[in-house]
Amino acid sequence: MSNHDSSYQPTTRIGKWFDERLPIMRLMHGQFVDFPTPRNLNYMWTFGGILMFCLVAQLVTGIVLAMHYQASADDAFNAIDQIRRNVNYGWMIQAMHAVGASMFFVAVYAHIFRGLYYGSYKAPREILWILGVFIFLAMMATAFMGYALPWGQMSFWGVTVITNLFSSLDQIIPGVGTAIVQWLWGGYSVSGTTLNRFFSLHYLLPFVIVGLVVLHVWALHVTGQNNPAGLDIKTKSDSVPMYPYAVAKDAVGMFAFLLLFAWFVFYLPDYLGHSDNFNPANPLVTPPHIVPEWYFLPFYAMLRAIPDKLGGVIVMFASIAILAFAPWLDTARVRSAKYRPIFKWFFWLFVIACCALGYLGAMPAEEPYVTWARIFTAYYFAFFLVIMPVVGIIETPKPLPRSIAEDVLGAGAHGGGKGAGAAAAASPEKR
Amino acid sequence: MASHAEEPNRRDFLVIAGNAFAAVGAAVTMWPFIHQMNPDKSAQALASTEVDLAPVKQGQAITVMWRGKPVFIRNRTADEVKAANATPVDKLPDHVARNANLAANAEATDANRTIKGKENWLVAVGICTHLGCIPKGQALGDEKGEFGGWFCPCHGSHYDTAGRIRKGPAPRNLDIPPYAFISDTKIKIG
Ligand code: HEM
Ligand code: FES
Repeated sequence: MSNHDSSYQPTTRIGKWFDERLPIMRLMHGQFVDFPTPRNLNYMWTFGGILMFCLVAQLVTGIVLAMHYQASADDAFNAIDQIRRNVNYGWMIQAMHAVGASMFFVAVYAHIFRGLYYGSYKAPREILWILGVFIFLAMMATAFMGYALPWGQMSFWGVTVITNLFSSLDQIIPGVGTAIVQWLWGGYSVSGTTLNRFFSLHYLLPFVIVGLVVLHVWALHVTGQNNPAGLDIKTKSDSVPMYPYAVAKDAVGMFAFLLLFAWFVFYLPDYLGHSDNFNPANPLVTPPHIVPEWYFLPFYAMLRAIPDKLGGVIVMFASIAILAFAPWLDTARVRSAKYRPIFKWFFWLFVIACCALGYLGAMPAEEPYVTWARIFTAYYFAFFLVIMPVVGIIETPKPLPRSIAEDVLGAGAHGGGKGAGAAAAASPEKR
Repeated sequence: MASHAEEPNRRDFLVIAGNAFAAVGAAVTMWPFIHQMNPDKSAQALASTEVDLAPVKQGQAITVMWRGKPVFIRNRTADEVKAANATPVDKLPDHVARNANLAANAEATDANRTIKGKENWLVAVGICTHLGCIPKGQALGDEKGEFGGWFCPCHGSHYDTAGRIRKGPAPRNLDIPPYAFISDTKIKIG
């Protein structure tokens, strides 16, 4: 879609003057107003816009919190209390930020599973997908460091356990792991020094995410959007302009999402957190049961499923890295799992495995949980390393519609978009 | 110009040398920005702690802080020492004593984990060598794990009465910090 021209026409003289000097309105109009979107998009495609909203919401609420927060071991815990009790609307803004982190992950998981189901990672969208993996990693780092900031018991011990993951490198080169961990801590244990640098990085990383998102959207606008049929836009009748069609649908999805968001913020602001984090950090007492935030649980389960320290760390990081290779591991010629009778089942099993790992990550590291975590971890990797390459070869895809228009309007409509359903689609050719 | 000069020519040399200088310069400039995150002078100042052991009865344990880390001090009973001695070193997951007062390759015998003549005292850094939790086992009612020493609830590591890892994901025995007896009932850690 890179060759799509903007239909922007400046209407005022100053608009024209500006356009000749910095055609940013032309660019925005071309990319976000009359950009062609497939006409068969379903609600799973609204999560991209929702994610944009989440990022901006975290930035705005975060910058506000930073105005009242104190990044020191002595004051951080009380600062959050102060924000929640005394700062005007602090109770709401703090809840928006804490709940917002969870909602951000709800949306990103929906977005990722959408991509896996409809084959959005496949050519020509590999770079788009890999940028997404980097965004996911940056989000995880940001959320991890943000969770440290309230300096409660879970904050402190979560930081201790996760930074200590790097000490496993001692098993490869003795001393290197310890050196890295002490470098991260700025001391010989997690301390206020660590908290301070985490705050600095927690402020920085969201802006790195903004940069990655710009690249992500750029890559998206070069290849155009994938869609439930997994077909390319071939003729004009396959697409509708982004405004008002996709924008309106995004708005509906967004408001549904905001209802859920608001419900948590106003009725269950602390439901997604952990009660141990209402105790101030105590370096002498480990809580009996350390668990990360819910969105990290599947990865935590994989870490603990492996009896070896270094092995566990490698498996955990590999579980994310492997996503980046999906475009080349999947050998299927069709994109959408809608037309992949075998893969479809393995996909849903994969979703179940991820949820099960999430459950197991919250359970103590005992039997029978550990064995189950091993089984699901094995399946997680098998999905990428065995099922994607093998099923792609042995499976016969169901017949695809000949075009996106046909997918929406039925076989009769092929070639013009002027069939019976076209009126209902509100004459997409109108530009 | 480059087309008729011999390969490698003077220009290649200049390019390589120039790039090498730039790379070294970049690395040298980066170092202060990386090193600033390492433990600073105040954290490095090797604080040492003196601990009076007189009030600690047989079978009791105390925890003191050293360098921001908890140190477990346990006055072990004769049974606990016997159990530790009865465990052959080759049955241990980690064969090395991890005792800062001994050579790095000293064997993980109970004698090498303690100080001669003071074998009832076990002094160990109370940080699980897996991912850094504080194992349970210091307080009387605590779960002490399958080997009667310490149990780390985070991911289920069991340590014996000599602080040696016996079962679970932790790779190493609990570290023995540098310490010495400065009188019959007093130790200095660090
Ligand atoms: C990618 C976007 C972001 C994510 C995923 C994120 C995540 C988090 C999380 C999980 C917490 C802990 C909340 C709690 O348990 O109470 C937190 C706290 C905090 N974040 Fe963010 N954050 C993001 C962006 C920002 C930005 C841009 C700022 C502003 C500089 C910021 C400033 C803060 C502050 C001051 C706190 C401590 C207050 C608190 O705990 O509520 N965050 N963040
Ligand atoms: S930190 Fe002790 S078992 Fe993992």
